[in-house]
Amino acid sequence: MRLVVASGKGGTGKTTVATALAQTAALTYAVRLLDCDVEAPNAALSLHPQWSSAVTVTRPVPRVDATRCTACGRCAEVCQFNALAVVGGGVLVFDDLCHGCGRCVWICPEQAMHEEPLAVGQIDAGYTPDGILLAQGLLRIGQPMGMPVLRALKRWPTAAALDAPFSDAESAHTLLEIRDAPPGASCPVVETLRGADAVILVTEPTAFGLHDLRQVVGIVQELGLPAWVVINRDGIGTAPIAEYCAEQGLPIALRIPLERRLAEALARGRPLLDAAPEYRPAVQTLLEQIVSGVAA
Amino acid sequence: MKLAISMTGESLDAPFDARFGRAAQFCLVEPESGVCELVANPARDASGGAGVQAAQLLASQGVTAVVSGAYGPKAWKTLHAAGIRALLAPDSAHTPTGREMLEQFCAGTLREADAASHDGHHGG
Amino acid sequence: MKEIVVLSGKGGTGKTSVTAALAHQAAHATAGRWLLADADVDAANLALLLDAQATVAEPFVGGAVAVVDADACSGCGLCEAACRYEALICDAGGCQVDAIACEGCGACLDRCPSGALALVPQTVGTCRRSETPYGALHHAHLDPGQENSGKLVTAVKRRARAQAEAEHCAGLLIDGPPGIGCPVIAAVSGASLALLVTEPTVSGREDLARALATVTHFGVPALICINKADLYPDGAQAIEDLGAARGIATLARLPFDLSMTEALAAGRPVTVQCPEAPISQALAELWRTLQARLAEVTTDSKT
Repeated sequence: MRLVVASGKGGTGKTTVATALAQTAALTYAVRLLDCDVEAPNAALSLHPQWSSAVTVTRPVPRVDATRCTACGRCAEVCQFNALAVVGGGVLVFDDLCHGCGRCVWICPEQAMHEEPLAVGQIDAGYTPDGILLAQGLLRIGQPMGMPVLRALKRWPTAAALDAPFSDAESAHTLLEIRDAPPGASCPVVETLRGADAVILVTEPTAFGLHDLRQVVGIVQELGLPAWVVINRDGIGTAPIAEYCAEQGLPIALRIPLERRLAEALARGRPLLDAAPEYRPAVQTLLEQIVSGVAA
Repeated sequence: MKLAISMTGESLDAPFDARFGRAAQFCLVEPESGVCELVANPARDASGGAGVQAAQLLASQGVTAVVSGAYGPKAWKTLHAAGIRALLAPDSAHTPTGREMLEQFCAGTLREADAASHDGHHGG
Repeated sequence: MKEIVVLSGKGGTGKTSVTAALAHQAAHATAGRWLLADADVDAANLALLLDAQATVAEPFVGGAVAVVDADACSGCGLCEAACRYEALICDAGGCQVDAIACEGCGACLDRCPSGALALVPQTVGTCRRSETPYGALHHAHLDPGQENSGKLVTAVKRRARAQAEAEHCAGLLIDGPPGIGCPVIAAVSGASLALLVTEPTVSGREDLARALATVTHFGVPALICINKADLYPDGAQAIEDLGAARGIATLARLPFDLSMTEALAAGRPVTVQCPEAPISQALAELWRTLQARLAEVTTDSKT
């Protein structure tokens, strides 16, 4: 089963909830947590995994064999991203505009082009002390596109990725995958949601929280996924989240009040359940609700 | 030789366009005769790599020098590879016309961009 | 014209609340007019704090997507094999395009033996311009699920710059997106100065480090503002140290102040809602310091 924790607005406590769920679920299931926020992965900061593997993520970029190239210009003509320029009798390739579609290679009448892998990020993986298998995607600085890293993370682990007996754990227990989504409501969020069974939407009762929640709910409904809402920092504002959720038929599964003590503990990088163990039963109930809700 | 000037309007007396990749159009002019031929810039609304596309357009038109306000790194590299001189309009309080740019070019007072003059507009 | 972009790395650090307060300061405590832009098109919230009125919207056409002519399609599946984004699903009945997955490369067009595919430009959001008590605001709305490639960010900035230049404005204040990818790169390019609003959390610091690296990578001078600094003083110090090690100054430590929340609920900048609050004083001071820094930066770049 695959759960996604998403939010729309950044900083509403997605990672706080995702890590609390993972820690609770790890008591019953074989849990793997995918940190899909490749521009700012944070789950590891509070779960302290022992990284045991690092896999480089690449995307293909075209290269030109100057001895075969006739500078006919076909490649630049078909490229929709202006990543190629044919001038002065040769081809210039702009890697950061290239989407790696391979069209230029295919179209070249002289077979003068081939592709080479360009490193754009990496996937780190390892077990946390709670026995959670955590994997995070990490986009390289200066690289514009996170999608290849996210796609690779979703396909992970590859055969060589981990020596740990992941498949054994899988057969011993039911496998639960939790994906910590990036903020926003664009492509990477959709990619994170694809193939999931249920969604937990973490929001806060501010005008910003509600505005951005609406955006994600639109996507979740289009994908037809069942969703539960967690209101974090309850009391921080008066935005009518409950009314909106009632309208949309979204159950509010958990409220976490705004407390300075919690904010201080989370700032230090402590997981929620460590700082406030009294939330354990509520998170357990949330998990059971979702698991039985999806099974039903 | 053929000179290209980035333009907002449709004649040499219209205001010059300080943008290269996003210029509305280019005026292609032979300095000896002063005859101007207009070419619309298909790259102005490109989703990315406008400078690359505009530079290729000028190369295909046989242009040997261009006057604009600024060049991104990809545009500059493409112009350089095409052997087109990238000239910079001087900073000024008012927007010059294309004709003023042509006069300054003929007088030899325009500075050549020796590298990209801005860091590019990503996704733009 | 000067351009300040406000960034954060991590979301939810108070970037937009800080930008709104700076917009108010720019309008009321500065010689010369400033214009405003919200470059966080994926979660555009600045308008909610600035009482945006008289909004003019127009559709924004982003990249293209492949479209299948069902009559011509034989369902052969060659396009599906060519597509690297799993955006085509074919069976004997024909082919379908997953418009969200499609990147508009056109590889499928080359392979289709029946000429059944075409690339069609797609509306992916709207560009907006509103009037606010603090000056004109250029913002946008990206339709949910669309690719935030930075194109819409660039379009917003282009419009804002064009108006600012035409009306001889002193500067442009931009609320940037979180993260370090394309939209951030688009928001940063061409800025005179980047102000990074962070919070003294472990994740705030980690994300700040990546955002700083990105900003520096693109050659834009950076400054730090620590929000809710007293929440974890050691964390705030660690952030100042991180900045100092890279030669980046921390301009302000803002207190954890519920006035910020009150202003957010009221939909106004905190400096308007609670002008006497310590955080409002700190933000007014931040704006003055920023002006001084901006003068230095612009002088440097001319020499």
